[in-house]
Amino acid sequence: MPRITVTVDGVRYEEEVEPRLLLVHLLRDRLGKTGTPVGCDTGNCGACTVMLDGRSAKSCSVLAVQADECDVVTIEGLGRAAELHPMQKAFHTEHALQCGYCTPGMIMAAIDLLRDDPDPSDEAIRAGLEGNLCRCTGYCNIVRAVRRGAREMSGEEVRTS
Amino acid sequence: MIPAAFDYIRPASLDEACRVLGDAGDEAKILAGGQSLLPLLRLRLAYPAALVDLGRVPGLRGVEDRGDHVFIGALTTHDEVLRSAVVREHVPLVALATATVADPAVRHRGTFGGSLAHADPAGDLPAVALALDCVFVARSGEGEREIPAAEFFVDYLEPALHPGEVLLGVRVPKLGAGWGFHYEKFHRTAQAWAVVGVAAAVRVEGGSLEEARIGLTNMGPAPVRARAVETALRGVAPAPGGNGGAGGSRDPLRDACGEAAEGTAPPADLHAGQDYRRHLARVLTYRAVRAASA
Repeated sequence: MPRITVTVDGVRYEEEVEPRLLLVHLLRDRLGKTGTPVGCDTGNCGACTVMLDGRSAKSCSVLAVQADECDVVTIEGLGRAAELHPMQKAFHTEHALQCGYCTPGMIMAAIDLLRDDPDPSDEAIRAGLEGNLCRCTGYCNIVRAVRRGAREMSGEEVRTS
Repeated sequence: MIPAAFDYIRPASLDEACRVLGDAGDEAKILAGGQSLLPLLRLRLAYPAALVDLGRVPGLRGVEDRGDHVFIGALTTHDEVLRSAVVREHVPLVALATATVADPAVRHRGTFGGSLAHADPAGDLPAVALALDCVFVARSGEGEREIPAAEFFVDYLEPALHPGEVLLGVRVPKLGAGWGFHYEKFHRTAQAWAVVGVAAAVRVEGGSLEEARIGLTNMGPAPVRARAVETALRGVAPAPGGNGGAGGSRDPLRDACGEAAEGTAPPADLHAGQDYRRHLARVLTYRAVRAASA
C-alpha cells in the first residue's frame, strides 16, 4: 500500500493508504478532522473544500495519494472556539448559516477568494463562491459575511493556518 | 461511495509514463487533475485496473508563446491558464471559455489537457479547440504524433488518443488582428455544466463577416464544429442596429444563425430536450457572433 506524508493543520502525518482512499476520508476517518463534511460526493457542492498547498480544493475530488507531500488546511486549522478566524467570526455575526453543513467549505472558499481580491464586490463574492452550494440561507447573509470578513482582515495578511 | 479498487502508479518522467501506459494497454487511465475522472470513478461509471498519475511528471505544465501559436502544456491548470498574460493577449477565446469552467476550487486542480482528453461534449474547451483549429501533440513509446482538433473528438468521452499515448499539450493558433471572440454559455445557476455553449471566432471587414468559426458545446455525442452556420454567416452584417431583429423586422444575422443546429444530434436529458437545445444553439450563436463582432 502506498505510504504518504501529509501536513494537516500544521501537523505532519505519515499514513499508509489504499489508492482509492479520498482525501476527505483520510481527513475525517483517519485523522479525526470531522470539521470537513462530505456533501454531494461528486465535486458539485463544495462542502468538503479545504486548502491544498494554499489554494482551495474539493477534498472529495482528490485522492489521498495525490496529497502526498502536500500541505492541507481544514476549517479546524483556521481558529479555535476561543479565538475564531475573522471569517468564522463574520459568518457568526452576520448569521450566514442555518444548518451549517456548507459553512466550512464556504469559509475556505471565501478565504481563498480574498487572496486574489482582498476587497471583493458582491458580484465577485458570488462568483468566487459559485462552487459552494447553500440550501438554507439564500446566500444574502453569506455575501454580507464575506464582505465583513474581508473588512476585518484588511490590513493584515490573509491567514490560512 | 468510494471508487472500486485500482492500482496506483506515479511515474517520475515522461519516458516512464509512456512505458507504464504502453504495458498496461487499455486497462489503465491517466490521472491528471482528477476533477472529471474522480467523480466518474465514484459513480462507478469507470473502473480502470490502474491509474497512472502524471502529477509529478515534469515538463507538461506551462504556457509558451511560440510565434504563430501558443503552446499550452497538458497539465497546466485552468487557474494557470486564466492567469497567463500570453493566453489573454494572444488566444483570448481560451481565457473566455476557461473562466466559465466549473468553479475556482475545481479550476485550481483541473487541467487544460485533462479536460480536452476527457472529450466530454458538455465540456467548454473542446468547442474552443474546434473553433480555433488547435493541434494536439501526443507521445507514446513510438514517438510523437500531431492530431488536428477536427480529428481529436471521436465520440462521447472518446478522444483519438491510443492506449499508451500521453497528451503533451495543445498548439493554439494565434489568429491575429481583426479577429473577435466570444464564448456564450447557457447553464443552470447551481451547476456550471453547459446545457449548450457556443465558441465564436469572427473576422469583420468593411462592416460584414469575412469569416466565422463556430464550435458547439453539448450539441451531440462529441463536440461539434458548426460548418453550415459558418457558411451562412459569410458576408452578413453583424450589427444591423435597430431592434436586433425582434418584432418582425428582418435581421440577416438572425436568419443566418438559424443554421446553427444544422446537422447536429443533441442529447435529450432532464435539463433540456433536443428541440430546446437546437433553439438554444441558434439563439446563443446569434449572441456569440454579436458579442465577438463588437
